[in-house]
Amino acid sequence: MTRSLLIEHVAEKVKDLNLSKKEVEVILETVFDNIKEALAKGDKVEVRGFGNFRLRKRNPRQARNPKTGASVAVDSKKVPFFKVGKELREMVNRGL
Amino acid sequence: MTKAELSDKIFEKVGLPKKESLQVVEIIFDSMKAILSEGESVKITGFGTFLVRKKRARMGRNPKTGVEIEITPRRVVTFKPSLQFKALVEKG
Repeated sequence: MTRSLLIEHVAEKVKDLNLSKKEVEVILETVFDNIKEALAKGDKVEVRGFGNFRLRKRNPRQARNPKTGASVAVDSKKVPFFKVGKELREMVNRGL
Repeated sequence: MTKAELSDKIFEKVGLPKKESLQVVEIIFDSMKAILSEGESVKITGFGTFLVRKKRARMGRNPKTGVEIEITPRRVVTFKPSLQFKALVEKG
């Protein structure tokens, strides 16, 4: 399922709000852009029932260039992390 | 940031009243929940992919009592951020 199908899915459910597909698309983009921006600022985003988005710190490490075998130092870095909410976790598992 | 704050951002961006904006935010996440519950992945270009993965049964141990039990097979959701998202966070 890609973004465009999700837009159609959502548009179908918000019929009574009289939103065009384009408007739904802009809203969807606004949601995901804001989640990205919040994390870029170091904030976290909590969506009850769905999950939380936050940053996870990766420790510095020694890695190797797979081609040359040379050792390279990799700095500590931050990566986006999603923790599944209880409701979503249970829904997905029930669907089994 | 919460769903309410996301709704404020939608109001600022498209002028949809906050109550309706919140409704749309909820529908977006509910739709994603429904799709994932079907076992299907959700891919959002520029953001990342929510994947449903199957876990086989395995043996686990109650850390308190030491008793071995079987952990039943299950489906879990994982999120793989897009390169763009990772790069944005890296820049800070």
